[in-house]
Amino acid sequence: MNDAPIVPDFGDEGEERKIAFVCSKGTLDMAYPALIMASGALEQGVETHIFFTFWGMDMINKETTGSLKFTPVGNTTATRQAHMPMIFTAFPGIASIATSQMKKQLEALDIPDVPTFLTHLTDMGCHLWACKMSVDMFGLTEDDMIDELEGIMNVADFIELIDGAQTMFI
Amino acid sequence: MPVTTIGGREVHVDDEGFLTEYDEWSEDLAKVLAENIGIAELSDGHWKVINFLRSDFQEQGETATLRRVSTVGGVPTKELFQLFPKKPARKMSYVAGLPKPAGCI
Repeated sequence: MNDAPIVPDFGDEGEERKIAFVCSKGTLDMAYPALIMASGALEQGVETHIFFTFWGMDMINKETTGSLKFTPVGNTTATRQAHMPMIFTAFPGIASIATSQMKKQLEALDIPDVPTFLTHLTDMGCHLWACKMSVDMFGLTEDDMIDELEGIMNVADFIELIDGAQTMFI
Repeated sequence: MPVTTIGGREVHVDDEGFLTEYDEWSEDLAKVLAENIGIAELSDGHWKVINFLRSDFQEQGETATLRRVSTVGGVPTKELFQLFPKKPARKMSYVAGLPKPAGCI
């Protein structure tokens, strides 16, 4: 038996950690990795930034954030699970079926949809940034994007911001 | 399982110090657990979370995640970060005498 009680070390005194995700994909399946890992990081008290660029802009575009799609084209796991020859994956309607299937699986695990998830993250203190070049390239303005967005940033500022952060490109 | 003395009572804990026996927890013990991790006083807000976690654990058999505490327990996520700073999921579980949440979100 120990004299001092065993108390978990929550690392409150430790060094401040920082983590950053670059989201460059606009499909449903590629939206979730960063969202889930960011949520885990925030729960652990880690300062978290997400930078949306290129197709990742769809995740924060008001018009598309709630309707991201999953396509099984070129996806060997999806075709194996669906017992479907790869050639059929490009047929009309397949992406919609695959998308609704994936949404059901996520719902069954009580995982929120992308817009709700982004709100959940910012409630936990997550910082969301849009890539300046992508904003210009797709002809977007801040009004086109979700309210949770903190700002539009060029890459130099982002690189400065994530000084010392563990960074993942997705 | 290690046994440790908290608040003058012997309790079973895991290697990190989280209580492992649901029934060894009491409200008085929660106050000591909170002090152990730097929460000087448990407010009504804290108790709302703790009571939800305890009853939800009995129904579900696992510790609620932050999202569940907000959507089902009715305590907004922002508030959870104020009540249990920095690592709310783990801290709230510790004070409620429950294991860390197993879910990812």
